[in-house]
Amino acid sequence: MMTEETAILETTGTETEKVYDRPRLLLDTTMHYCPGCSHGTVHKLVAEAIDELGAEDRAIGITPVGCAAFLYNYIDIDWIQASHGRAPAVATAAKRLCPDKLVFTYQGDGDLAAIGTAEAIHAANRGDNIAIIFINNAIYGMTGGQMAPTTLLGMKTATTPMGRDAALNGYPFKVADMLTLLDGVTYVTRQSVNTPANVRRAKKAIKKAFENSIQNRGFSFVEIVATCNSGWKLSPVAANRWMEENMHATYPLGDLKDLSAQAAATEK
Amino acid sequence: MEDIKLMKGNEVLAHAAVRCGVDGYFGYPITPQSEVLETLSELRPWKTTGMVVLQAESEVASINMVYGGASVGKRVMTSTSSPGLSLMCEGLSYLAGAELPCVVIDVSRGGPGLGTIQASQADYFQVVKGGGHGDYRMPVLAPNSVQEMNDFVDLAFELAFKYLNPVVILADGVIGQMMEKVRLSPQKPRRTEAQIREECPWAALGKGSGPMQRKERNIVTSCYIDPETMERHNHKLQEKYDRMERDEVRVEEMETADAEYILVAYGASSRICAKVVEDARAEGLRVGLIRPITLFPFPAATIRRAAEHAKGFLSVELSMGQMIEDVRMAIGNAAMPVRHFGRTGGIIHSPREVYDALKQLMTETGGLQ
Ligand SMILES: Cc1ncc(C[n+]2csc(CCOP(=O)(O)OP(=O)(O)O)c2C)c(N)n1
Ligand code: SF4
Ligand SMILES: [Mg+2]
Repeated sequence: MMTEETAILETTGTETEKVYDRPRLLLDTTMHYCPGCSHGTVHKLVAEAIDELGAEDRAIGITPVGCAAFLYNYIDIDWIQASHGRAPAVATAAKRLCPDKLVFTYQGDGDLAAIGTAEAIHAANRGDNIAIIFINNAIYGMTGGQMAPTTLLGMKTATTPMGRDAALNGYPFKVADMLTLLDGVTYVTRQSVNTPANVRRAKKAIKKAFENSIQNRGFSFVEIVATCNSGWKLSPVAANRWMEENMHATYPLGDLKDLSAQAAATEK
Repeated sequence: MEDIKLMKGNEVLAHAAVRCGVDGYFGYPITPQSEVLETLSELRPWKTTGMVVLQAESEVASINMVYGGASVGKRVMTSTSSPGLSLMCEGLSYLAGAELPCVVIDVSRGGPGLGTIQASQADYFQVVKGGGHGDYRMPVLAPNSVQEMNDFVDLAFELAFKYLNPVVILADGVIGQMMEKVRLSPQKPRRTEAQIREECPWAALGKGSGPMQRKERNIVTSCYIDPETMERHNHKLQEKYDRMERDEVRVEEMETADAEYILVAYGASSRICAKVVEDARAEGLRVGLIRPITLFPFPAATIRRAAEHAKGFLSVELSMGQMIEDVRMAIGNAAMPVRHFGRTGGIIHSPREVYDALKQLMTETGGLQ
């Protein structure tokens, strides 16, 4: 577990003390993601959160169709690969049939906010005891950088070469904000993994969402405002900067709704 | 335990689901099968067997809930009617690709499009030939009585878990809506998690702890990105479908031993055709009926055998003629007269109409002087 923002190795006298290691559940393989992609960092947080909650034995993850489709190659838990957008429906059934498990989905913005909007909203509205990790990179990474519902106005993509025009394509879809209105929803937060401090916050959020699922405290939604440097055609450093300056303005970070403590208090 | 009741086919599906220890039902209302979800909601099996019953937001969601339930090794099912089945096709392909057991019921109605809410058998192509994308097949059971609506639920689950494949019960509005006497199955217990882990070592139930702990993680997927691996997977699936064709054909024959003219019909049409055979025999005509009970695997051998001494075939379906293609292929002799007869749009052909069509075929092919 990361304890310092910068130090990876601390030297104490002559001995070298190990303060950071690959999370136990993160498998030792090469990831297929582009350098600088947020997916890898979020995977690491998911692996750490499951391990720290001691939930390896009961964790069931649902993977999307999108760049994270192969997430099951990287984290050492049971996985179900869902069709494009339908992960929340898959999770609903898995959780209702196995109420003692941790059931979560990991979905991109095309997967969750375009083709799978209905499944996401209805799982939320039913208050299904699942957690959704939502990777908002404002683009379809996997299919080569087309517009997503979350694409910013004016943002150039393969299908908005002149920039997203509201008259033609509507507006950036604020899924998290919308979900807060639903009574079945316990926890909605928006995070990012652009700085060590934000990484720590994102990890706390993921852990809380997972705990809500395990304890059957209702529906949790963790949006991660993320980079897709390949889709955005920016270097990793420039992509991070562009995200901070543009994405965070449209998708401000922080908790949007948190009834986790109330839900915990009413537990019998 | 004798439990004889007078019930609608659709209601029986619900009772059969509870009684054969199903873990979950996920469905979206559509006529003419909404009674399945309604009956389950009345039975409230979550209070007795612990079965989950959930009204989904769409058929797309229902089939993906079934996918989720099957992935964790549970006995799960859904039911729908034609337009709903269209929406489920991507999911069916994923279920078959990931080798997941489940039962899907289509109580079909008239189409295309929104069509009509009345009975029809025009989903034969969609269900029997796959419907979704890719190389896959599904066993299809075609009940023709309320009793079979009961019996086929358990049989479908048996086949689904034997082959790790979705199994479809293709009924029609007639069988779903009609009331008949039925002997309900005895109540089976639902399996425990330990039993599921034992029977379904592939299930993504979490790695488990204590004596149930598994070291390797399970991944349920239909994705094989490497072409060689994908092809190997397709060959493995095909071997399964070949085994189904060898071992799972179910067919009923009526008066075929000396028949010169053969009616081929399934589901509601086979009930009507049974009456036609009776009437024809009473008039001394050598007419028989072949009733496919499994539409896949199709009873091709039975039809081929009957063709050895037959003068003609009449495929009777509540459609414009879909199963007839399989009948022709089974016969394999282009010279053999094979005709279609069937009403559509929700109209049910009468035995009289079928008999007239049969007589016309017989007259034109020298079977009736
Ligand atoms: C039914 C269906 N339609 C379209 C596709 C093609 N497709 C694959 S991934 C994807 C978009 C993924 O974008 P997103 O969810 O944002 O994930 P990212 O790659 O950006 O992480 C699309 C359209 C598909 N696989 N299935
Ligand atoms: S295309 Fe984008 S989302 Fe996909 S791996 Fe590359 S950077 Fe990540
Ligand atoms: Mg995306």
